[in-house]
Amino acid sequence: MRRFLCCLAALLMISSVRADDVLVAVAANFTAPMKEIAASFEQATGHRARLAFGSTGKLYAQIRNGAPFSVLLAADADTPEMLERLGLAVPDSRRTYAIGRLALWSPDPARVDLSGRILADPDLERLALANPKLAPYGRAAEQTLKALGLWETLKPRLVLAESISQSFQFVASGNVPAGFVALSQIMRDGRLLSGSAWHVPAYMHAPLTQDLVLLRPGADSAAAAALVKFMGSPQARRVIDDYGYRVPP
Amino acid sequence: MPDLSLATEDWQAIALTARLAAVTLLILFAIGLPLAWWLARTHSRLGSLVSALVAVPLVLPPTVLGFYLLVLLGPQGPVGRLTESLGIGLLPFTFPGLVVASTLFSLPFVVQPLQASFAAVSERMLEVAATLRAGPLDTFWHVVLPLSRPGLLSAAVLGFAHTLGEFGVVLMIGGNIPGRTQVLSIAIYNRVEAFEYAHAHLLAGCLLVFSFIALLALQFINRAVSTTPAMLRGGA
Repeated sequence: MRRFLCCLAALLMISSVRADDVLVAVAANFTAPMKEIAASFEQATGHRARLAFGSTGKLYAQIRNGAPFSVLLAADADTPEMLERLGLAVPDSRRTYAIGRLALWSPDPARVDLSGRILADPDLERLALANPKLAPYGRAAEQTLKALGLWETLKPRLVLAESISQSFQFVASGNVPAGFVALSQIMRDGRLLSGSAWHVPAYMHAPLTQDLVLLRPGADSAAAAALVKFMGSPQARRVIDDYGYRVPP
Repeated sequence: MPDLSLATEDWQAIALTARLAAVTLLILFAIGLPLAWWLARTHSRLGSLVSALVAVPLVLPPTVLGFYLLVLLGPQGPVGRLTESLGIGLLPFTFPGLVVASTLFSLPFVVQPLQASFAAVSERMLEVAATLRAGPLDTFWHVVLPLSRPGLLSAAVLGFAHTLGEFGVVLMIGGNIPGRTQVLSIAIYNRVEAFEYAHAHLLAGCLLVFSFIALLALQFINRAVSTTPAMLRGGA
């Protein structure tokens, strides 16, 4: 029995965090670019960024319940603001690091035209978008359809995904012919990866501002401060742009 | 052709997952054996209540369970306040926190097969053991447990495999932190979010093959056990 308890204790204690590590909570839609940025951050500064991905809502719940994250890269502007109001973030540390772009996409290269006229096509049997109540990209898609005057017409044909990732998966797997996705999901190095897409003009929906904020556990960390600064560096901005986001001025 | 070798991060996730499943299984048995024995023998109404409570994770969405655990164990939650005042600190986002969550979540997978096989041990066997002056603990170790071998095996395999595949609860309570709480299922989710599908397939394939082999082995073992005479297993 004592041996069993010793083994258990040993198993429970193994864990290590380096002193100059910074633990960053990252909105799921920013996973791929952030992995690249973290690699060049380590090269440039010697600090290491450990990335924890999740939906912004989930990360918010975790931060409210004591998560040890030093920096949050949210998928919206509201969450960092709320955290600051709750006293969980360092005041005046909020900053926009990327602006999302919405696209209507189909894996079929001939399906989506460059001005989105396909939306008015009665043959479009189904259309995927993220749930407007849950995801900022879903809200932007709803605003776009309303701006086009097509919301009521298309409503019975909409397939709601729980996140923009799921919306992408619905379309990529061929279960839905076309859908609203984040441009970052279908673009690499400034080029469309596959299929056909309509880049939704920014004026059709409220801006998809993605803000970062320094959280309380990172208040006195040099590595956390360095990461916040690095997010505005030319290297980081180039990666953000390559992935189909607009970079803040 | 993408690079298909496993990265340090993947190995970390695999090791962490194996460690989590092993520790969780030990604790599940420490709790599950006495609990299942009591449930199998009790006639009190409390028994039904506890049975129902144990089964709740079967029907509750994992995110719901994860969310309530996060709130309960967090700095404002009653359990979180207790652990902090005891000097243990807060459990969410740590390995012990994952163990607590996985134990609760996998409890029915261990308790139910144990309870079923304990219930199948005939009262007569216990009486015979008692007339041979075996104490209750002695009877449990040397009569009940050997007779319940298929149930023990099912409980072990299901408890272990279920912890391996758990996602919603550990994502909520663990926070997806590499090397600390990022288990295999979450590593797969990260690969999908990062568009690294080849890598996601590889990891998911490993998990699928492992789980399938474990369940297949269980089938074979159970078949081998069930060919031993029924009387020895205490069946009526």
